[in-house]
Amino acid sequence: MRHLLSTADLSYAQANKILDTAKEMARISEGPVKKLPTLRGRTIVNLFFEDSTRTRISFEAAAKRLSADVINFSAKGSSASKGESLKDTAQTLQAMGADAVILRHSASGAAQRLASSHWTTGSVINAGDGTHEHPTQALLDAFTIRKHLRGGTGDLRGLTVAIVGDILHSRVARSNIHLLNLLGAQVILVAPPTLIPLGAEKWPVQISYDLDAVLPLVDAVMMLRVQQERMNDFFFPTAREYSHYYGLNSDRLKLMKPNSLIMHPGPMNRGLEITAESADSARSVILEQVTNGVSVRMAVLYLLLAGAPNEGGDLI
Amino acid sequence: MTDYLIDGGVLAHGKNVQVLISDGRIVEIDRIVSSPNAVNAVRVDARNCLILPGFVDLHTHLREPGREDSETVESGSRAAAKGGFTAVSAMANTFPVADTAGVVEQVYALGQAAGLCDVFPIGAVTQGLAGQALAELGAMADSKARVRIFSDDGNCVFDPIVMRRALEYVKKFNGVIAQHAQDPQLTKDAQMNEGFLSSRLGMKGWPSVAEESIIARDVLLADHVKSRLHVCHVTTSGGVDIIRWAKARGIQVSAEVTPHHLLLTEDLATSYDPMYKVNPPLRTQKDVMALREGLADGTIDVVATDHAPHSAESKECEWQAAAFGMLGLETAFSIVQATMIDTKMMTWSDLADRMSTAPALIGGYSDHGQSLRVGSRAHIAIVNPTRGWQVDRDLVASRSKNTPYHGMEFSGSVVATFFRGVPTVLDSKLVRSNNGN
Amino acid sequence: MSVALSAVDISRALTRIAHEILERNGGPDSIVLMGIPTRGAFLASRLANSIASIEGREVRVGTLDITLHRDDLRLRPLRALVPTMTPLGGIEGRNVILVDDVLFSGRTIRAALDALGEIGRPKSVQLAALVDRGHRELPIRADYVGKNLPTSKAQSVKVHLSEIDGVDEVLVETTEG
Repeated sequence: MRHLLSTADLSYAQANKILDTAKEMARISEGPVKKLPTLRGRTIVNLFFEDSTRTRISFEAAAKRLSADVINFSAKGSSASKGESLKDTAQTLQAMGADAVILRHSASGAAQRLASSHWTTGSVINAGDGTHEHPTQALLDAFTIRKHLRGGTGDLRGLTVAIVGDILHSRVARSNIHLLNLLGAQVILVAPPTLIPLGAEKWPVQISYDLDAVLPLVDAVMMLRVQQERMNDFFFPTAREYSHYYGLNSDRLKLMKPNSLIMHPGPMNRGLEITAESADSARSVILEQVTNGVSVRMAVLYLLLAGAPNEGGDLI
Repeated sequence: MTDYLIDGGVLAHGKNVQVLISDGRIVEIDRIVSSPNAVNAVRVDARNCLILPGFVDLHTHLREPGREDSETVESGSRAAAKGGFTAVSAMANTFPVADTAGVVEQVYALGQAAGLCDVFPIGAVTQGLAGQALAELGAMADSKARVRIFSDDGNCVFDPIVMRRALEYVKKFNGVIAQHAQDPQLTKDAQMNEGFLSSRLGMKGWPSVAEESIIARDVLLADHVKSRLHVCHVTTSGGVDIIRWAKARGIQVSAEVTPHHLLLTEDLATSYDPMYKVNPPLRTQKDVMALREGLADGTIDVVATDHAPHSAESKECEWQAAAFGMLGLETAFSIVQATMIDTKMMTWSDLADRMSTAPALIGGYSDHGQSLRVGSRAHIAIVNPTRGWQVDRDLVASRSKNTPYHGMEFSGSVVATFFRGVPTVLDSKLVRSNNGN
Repeated sequence: MSVALSAVDISRALTRIAHEILERNGGPDSIVLMGIPTRGAFLASRLANSIASIEGREVRVGTLDITLHRDDLRLRPLRALVPTMTPLGGIEGRNVILVDDVLFSGRTIRAALDALGEIGRPKSVQLAALVDRGHRELPIRADYVGKNLPTSKAQSVKVHLSEIDGVDEVLVETTEG
């Protein structure tokens, strides 16, 4: 495998390999010297057609800890809006000798499109494509759950994870559904029916419209960001009604099992999908997700880039 | 003018014949023609071939005027001839829009100048395809282009009042409104068929109901005002059901299906290759089977290509940014054979009806779609159902290369096309000079 | 193919090295044995057992994965990471003894020195190798050697250990042509 485009492409062994490697990376990140020479001389491009400071700096930190050269390319406006096209941009970066392109794009499938084109020969890492996938986010989520509930090794068999909120538009949800299933966890999607994608009943998940009924069952709950503008498309009547039924507040906190985790991919809408009390509670691992994101991204970069060119990939 | 003797082929119903063509018409058709002129006629080998009336397309985007970089009337005519077509219907969504007598006359004249097939312009229903004010339908009907089909294709005539008035107005000259059935509100930013797959791929879904609700409304309107409705590119099994119901009620509705909707399914979108991005979108296998059944039983009257050339840059991009549409003229016959004849769902006579007779009737193209007999205009397609070929996008006659069939193999091909008694295609290749020059 | 060291030879060599380590460092308290995976890690734990049985006290032992510091990553297929395990108390201010099976070019040890720096700052670093086959490409030498094996570059040295190979032996193979 030369690219990381979707968690659906990962095998069980590959997913575990990434998590195990990330564990080593985390160990180094906790040590006194956070810099490794591993990817010295490699050029990694952060190609962001969509703003996401968090994801960009996480990848940037990961690449720099492995001593790669990092170029940040923020291409405002896609070809749709008559800006620079994906093709031209990719070819430009190819001409500069990029070994890997980390792509964030508002169009679903953009990373796959880039990987299957001849526009670049480097590895493509999907850092979020439209409403499709965000594989490194799911990997860091799995890493966080494994660390807390599985002692940092093995898979997630026997655990139940709820993903709550705007499933319809969430790339984080899609990547998590594939990966959590692959690792043996049971997934419950919780949202108003308008925010559950059509055909989701065919996914390997349970679906519920009732957060209160689900919370006592779960080992971890992932709260998704709800965009205020969804209201204009009639997905739910008002922010207040949404919070009332699907917000994680202090009352709902009490419904959860003692050691269960509260997660959020960020950025949070405090007061909408999650209250400050929940976000800052002892069960919240939201900040740790950020830390783990760097380790997981280091692992992905290592596995995709460290081996001999065109040979890297035996292990992932 | 040169005489031609088509030798060794069979007619759709199976009769083995020779066909003698002179002065643009069929002058003799028999097992062995007896006319002494046959001796000096140019012999066209049609062994193992079927001799069919020239195909008629009711839905063709020729892009001229305005987007001559992706197609012209001339290049589109060449693609049509290669596909066995002797008449095509140029859609109105050009720049400027074909919403005046001037534009439709220009397109018609360009078609006559190219001389490879008849190009019948379709007029816009509303000015600028904006769906608000009716275009000058009467003026277009009375123009030299004699427009009878009106369509805002690309856009749906969504306002029910506008649709009603258009249906009523064209009764004056026996016109027909060809509706692009797509509720624009249910399909805002839509990218592909809505369902399990669109949800997985994270693409905005295009629900079947957005098409079916408009078809349902329009057949009821057509019934109410007793006018003619033509439903462009039906893609859903529900749409077929509604049309079947409407026909049973005696409503004057006709419908078309594209070759790509007879063959391809939404699964191709998993590649995110915009070559498969088309409006209306590719649907499910269940829909494909319903469309084939609908075409076979006559619920769907015609095959229409929705030939939609696009420049390379409109497809060399991410799916969401890409243009909708795919080439269709040069592959239409092979696909209809593969999906309808080779599957034994239709006979060759049925194919001749769906690709020639029925569309000519709907468009009022009286010169076309005639059965092959003495005296009829020699618009002929000669096809070999066992001469296979592989689609190569670099060999298309069209100016654009956006064929989703690149690399695919088909078992049957168009061998020759005669337009007004003159071959435009022989041995599957375009004939360089025409008009006997 | 010839047997350069038998099981008995290996056992004897390790015992000798254990004594040398103790002698040079004045007992087990200041030292940390860090084995380089895969076989160096097994050798380190054997040395630790040996020292424990001599001294009657445990010695600190760990493993040190050097993969991320290798200078030949791009020349070879991707390598999986092996967990680095630092013993309780770390390596800060200790005498660290790196343990590997074969000392050859010295590049592995160079990488190991870098990898150590990521864990802490030891008082000194020493090197124990079961076999020194020569052909150094870097200014590195071993402090404790089981056996010096003069080899040509065309030969290969294979160390087998019962923990993973089922048998204890060191083989020298001459590659044809």
